[in-house]
Amino acid sequence: MAEPRPVLEMTGIVKEFPGVRALSGVDFRLFPGEIHALLGENGAGKSTLIKVLTGVHSLDGGTITLDGQSVRFASPLQAQQAGISTVYQEVNLCPNLSVAENIFIGREPTRAGRIQWKQLRRKAAELVDRLGLDIDVTAPLSSYPLAVQQLVAIVRSVGTGDSVAEGSGTKVLILDEPTSSLDRDEVLELFALMRRLKEQGVAILFVSHFLDQIYEVCDRMTVLRNGTLVGEHMVSDLDQVGLVQLMIGKALDQLEELHDHQLHSGVGEPLLQADGLGRTGGIAPFDLEIKKGEVIGLAGLLGSGRTELARLLFGADQPDSGKVTIGGKQVSMSAPNDAIAAGVAFCSENRKTEGLVPDLTVRENIILALQAARGWTRPIPVSQRDELVAKYIKALDIRPANPEARVGQLSGGNQQKVLLARWLITQPKLLILDEPTRGIDIGAKAEIQKLVVSLSEDGMSVLYIAAELEEVLRLSHTIGVLRDRRLVAQIANGPEITTSRILETIASGEHQ
Amino acid sequence: MTTTSRWRALTHHQLFWPVAVLVVLLLVNIPFTPDFFSIRMSDGHLYGSLVSIVLFGSPLILVAVGMTLVIATGGIDLSVGAVVAIAGALACSYMSGQADQNALSGVLLAMGLALLAALVCGLWNGFLVARMGIQPIIATLIIMVAGRGVAQLITDGQIITVNSEPYKLIGGGYWLTLPFSIFVVAVVVAVTVALTRRTALGLLVESVGGNAEASRLVGIRSRRIKIMVYVFCALCAGIAGLMISSNTSAADGNNAGLWIELDAILAVVIGGTSLLGGRFSIGGTVVGALVIQTLTTTIYTIGVPTQTNLVFKAVVVIVVCLLQSPKFRAKVFGTKGRGRATGPAETAAVAEAAPKMEVSR
Repeated sequence: MAEPRPVLEMTGIVKEFPGVRALSGVDFRLFPGEIHALLGENGAGKSTLIKVLTGVHSLDGGTITLDGQSVRFASPLQAQQAGISTVYQEVNLCPNLSVAENIFIGREPTRAGRIQWKQLRRKAAELVDRLGLDIDVTAPLSSYPLAVQQLVAIVRSVGTGDSVAEGSGTKVLILDEPTSSLDRDEVLELFALMRRLKEQGVAILFVSHFLDQIYEVCDRMTVLRNGTLVGEHMVSDLDQVGLVQLMIGKALDQLEELHDHQLHSGVGEPLLQADGLGRTGGIAPFDLEIKKGEVIGLAGLLGSGRTELARLLFGADQPDSGKVTIGGKQVSMSAPNDAIAAGVAFCSENRKTEGLVPDLTVRENIILALQAARGWTRPIPVSQRDELVAKYIKALDIRPANPEARVGQLSGGNQQKVLLARWLITQPKLLILDEPTRGIDIGAKAEIQKLVVSLSEDGMSVLYIAAELEEVLRLSHTIGVLRDRRLVAQIANGPEITTSRILETIASGEHQ
Repeated sequence: MTTTSRWRALTHHQLFWPVAVLVVLLLVNIPFTPDFFSIRMSDGHLYGSLVSIVLFGSPLILVAVGMTLVIATGGIDLSVGAVVAIAGALACSYMSGQADQNALSGVLLAMGLALLAALVCGLWNGFLVARMGIQPIIATLIIMVAGRGVAQLITDGQIITVNSEPYKLIGGGYWLTLPFSIFVVAVVVAVTVALTRRTALGLLVESVGGNAEASRLVGIRSRRIKIMVYVFCALCAGIAGLMISSNTSAADGNNAGLWIELDAILAVVIGGTSLLGGRFSIGGTVVGALVIQTLTTTIYTIGVPTQTNLVFKAVVVIVVCLLQSPKFRAKVFGTKGRGRATGPAETAAVAEAAPKMEVSR
């Protein structure tokens, strides 16, 4: 067990937004030298708690004690100066600058107003070295993959404070979903860094949707639900099933139902046919047939060409070889409009940048695709529009169920549902879902997977991309395996197909 | 309780601060011009400071309304001043060549020619921005600079004067006791509101400005939308150009509509439309344009020396922009920092853009 005195203690935290009580009386404590998981469904209050702690939001009630002293931060900068650093899911660094510059940006060692470049590089190299990372600090940040950039972001944040040279200014490090876009090896490297920081006495607050990762790296966890504290447990005292029940507040029927479900066999005639479709630098030419009511899952490592394949089928990128036939008619695929007109819908993996219009309301975001298809001169009649929107908000259980809410203020899972509603409303023949369950909580995840099953039972074809093989395996009739930007195999799902079989195919590039 | 919540709802209304500033500016005039609010009838026409503010503000309102849609798509149109000059120059030079300048057909043809030229300018801007992918500020800079030259070519470097009763009506005439230009503005504003809110155009414009890539992936033909707003903006500028040249019965290729693009952008921003694109408010823009015109009038009535009136204007604009920033209000008035949902980026853009534009004059 860690020492009895917590480095950070939050008691009775209350935070209200107009009309919503985001946190009601939450207690939270963090001990030095521990990795502490903060868990809960989307909208449970995890982000709000972090934002209240780091001064992004003001506090409406309760106290925060850091190192025995009562504190209240008015800005993230103040929190950082007091020793609380945060690294977010998206890397907020400058890719065109060198690693060393990124680590010291805004606090470069200077003499008489001039930056001491040599000293800066030396210090950066020391810092990186002491944390056991093998990174050339003079190389531009963009020459490293996203995972390494994330590590650099962490190095930067622990190197904050006056004692930059010692790198010990940080008492509390908050990692908000750092692993959501990393592959397995990269996650391991991140964990190694986290453990080293832990040994140096840093208290780490870790937020992740991957329960396996929590069990791998964390010591203790705090579970929130609907803005209240559900419990604080040692990781060793609570198994995954118990944890999930705590998080969603009900038994696992929903998920188990899905585990037992049988793939329906009502796959019909061919819907879409791609012949030699390819794009240089994207994906090598491939042939693919999608049947009516069929779910095709794409498996492969990050960067293996899953997204690129999907984008070609939607006309989001222009193919430079091959052709696509949908329902017997050739479709030019020179722009998304062509694909949409042929009944294809595409939910991008990047909800924020390629999906939502954050300033617009839930209602406006939902009707956008349908309205675009009708053209600007034919607005959807108000009564019909409101009815449709209400229907889908209800069917997908979008919360808050307020069509006038700004979509940017919704939680990740609900934003994903808004995107789904946007396309379902157009009644597509083929729905392409690129990582629809990334970064959303387990309850919403199960709902979306159930939805995919019922849509395909109703005759809609689905192209499903997910990083988790179990997810792909559970839902798909056919599994397309990608490797090095090539569609290497198409495997008909069956009882003998297991995740390890798929993994073998990914690893070897062959399917027997 | 209800009164405070009603007050809050009022102060959080999008138009509250622009309107408040407008009212204050109007009140400032009273000590200097006691009869500022009085409106009198003479010769069957209404006269008074309020009437002249709307009359002289009409071209600015027109240009700013067009600019609103361009800005909502995330663009900007610097060429409107030049389009104002071209439209006026074309109309006047055509009429001055006519034997009978009072013939209605000639006047209508002159106006049609001017608006056609404006339309071509708008198509050119839209083509460069939407088809060629040139940044709007650069694309529209071309006509901003070259357009003045074109206007001078048309007028042969001279100031062309016309003497046409029908033409005089648009910018200087009266109808039903009110300046005719007020009716023109009312029609254009009503048409714009109907065009954007009765159809889906407003939604699609806001979507393109709010997230261009998402809009493409949702199937919105954003090129078409962009071309449309640039054409619309140029047409508004064209009508403004007719109004200005009609008011003075002369076309001055050099000075007509000079710097009006900056006032128009300012009016849009004061009206609460973000320079980053997305949500727009036509009503806000109209109020914003009236604020600017009132400010110009006020500067004259309170007797600010002409050498320093731009500095005075800049100071007022800074105050307006600060008042609109929820952050600033929270700091100064200590109101709870629950500003409207408008992001800090938006207000920052307001605060930065406005003073710069004025100083550059």
